[in-house]
Amino acid sequence: MVAEEHILTVSELTHQIKFSLETKFPRVLVKGEISNFKLHTSGHMYFTLKDEGAQISAVLWRSKIPYLSCTPSDGMKVVARGALTLYPPRGAYQIDVEQLQPLGLGELQMMFDRLKRKLAAEGLFDAEHKKQIPRYPERIGVITAETGAAIHDIINILSRRNPAVELIVVPVRVQGIGAADEIAQAIKDCNEYGKIDVLIVGRGGGSLEDLWAFNEEKVARAIYESKIPIISAVGHEIDFSIADFVADLRAPTPSAAAELVVRNRTDIIADIQNFCYTMENEIEAQIENLKSRLQHAVMSYSFNKPRNILRETMQRHDELERALLRSISQVYERVDRKFEGCVKQLEALHPANVLHRGYAIVRKSGKAVSSKKQLKQNDMTEIQFHDGAVDARIEGHLK
Amino acid sequence: MTKKAVKDSLEESLKRLEEIVGILEGGEIPLEESLDLFEEGILLSKNCSEKLKKAELRIQKLVKNLDGQFELHEFYDKEEEDE
Repeated sequence: MVAEEHILTVSELTHQIKFSLETKFPRVLVKGEISNFKLHTSGHMYFTLKDEGAQISAVLWRSKIPYLSCTPSDGMKVVARGALTLYPPRGAYQIDVEQLQPLGLGELQMMFDRLKRKLAAEGLFDAEHKKQIPRYPERIGVITAETGAAIHDIINILSRRNPAVELIVVPVRVQGIGAADEIAQAIKDCNEYGKIDVLIVGRGGGSLEDLWAFNEEKVARAIYESKIPIISAVGHEIDFSIADFVADLRAPTPSAAAELVVRNRTDIIADIQNFCYTMENEIEAQIENLKSRLQHAVMSYSFNKPRNILRETMQRHDELERALLRSISQVYERVDRKFEGCVKQLEALHPANVLHRGYAIVRKSGKAVSSKKQLKQNDMTEIQFHDGAVDARIEGHLK
Repeated sequence: MTKKAVKDSLEESLKRLEEIVGILEGGEIPLEESLDLFEEGILLSKNCSEKLKKAELRIQKLVKNLDGQFELHEFYDKEEEDE
């Protein structure tokens, strides 16, 4: 007989199975083809994953749907990530799906091409929308994983080429669930923050699945809407992502992005020196040119003509001046002679000279007497001779 | 003439410097203006060279705090430490 304590109820057994199943498979990755896909009115998705030999029920809760990197449909081959759960009322186990990745190159390539066509038709790849990458950025933003080869390579290259720049890292997850959201959000954050001249968005190499976040529509749209110019740098040389098509510039790798984004500092400094050299040369050439034009003008006939005229005029002036001086001295001589004549005449008229000749002047009360009518008897007069005067009284009667 | 030599960014400064070199090479402006441009160009080149002198790459991390404000924190290259 079986001991009574070993008898379980269906519920007890089911719960034990549920416990061991769920602790044994908390996280599984399983690949298979989707069939019996149903989108329930509740918003949850139900489907079956199957391969040639087996099948498993799957449920995808509504809350997870926005984070899916592909839209499931019948016949699609996928890798589902999730946990096994058991639903006791029906005694059925299922996979509670967290994320679905399209499986296989064919599937991924199909999605890639579909999105590429769609975005191209919308004009997201148009050349006229591409922003100019600044030639001399000073603040460079990098959206990538905080750890890993990509950021490390970028830091090394910038340190070597031009350490005068500033690097602003915006750490994001670059693969797995939510990576695309983080990348898109980081691009928006950088634009909101604003003090960034150019952005590098990318990651190091990996499988197509690893790089998938950069092929998602939300990342493409965030790149398109960015006001800050973006350089995409996803995976290796051979990997092309949707992000590459939308970005303003595609760098084949993160290292290449770092090479592209800054010029060698020594080259910039050499350029500046060349600019100065050219400016000095140009100024010197301009001055030389002006000097030679001036020289040429000074030597020219037309410039010298006025000088010749001036010389002639000066000569003529000198001659005239000499002539004038001659005339003036002649005038002076004439004037002098005339003057001398006048002086002699005046001298001849001087009263003293008359007195010498025997004339005398009779004065009454200091005034010369020129008529007998001015005198009467007993008047006192003065007679002036050339050598002195005598007093005299009029005695006689007037005749 | 007003002096436009002080530009905030290296990009603008170097663009203006190139422009000045272009005008001087064109050689169709009066000496007076050429000399003004030359002076501006030399000032710009000094500013640019000054900006390029910094010896060590500055690395920071952009972080959005709980109030939605952006902050810059020091960034450590983890791979560097491992080496």
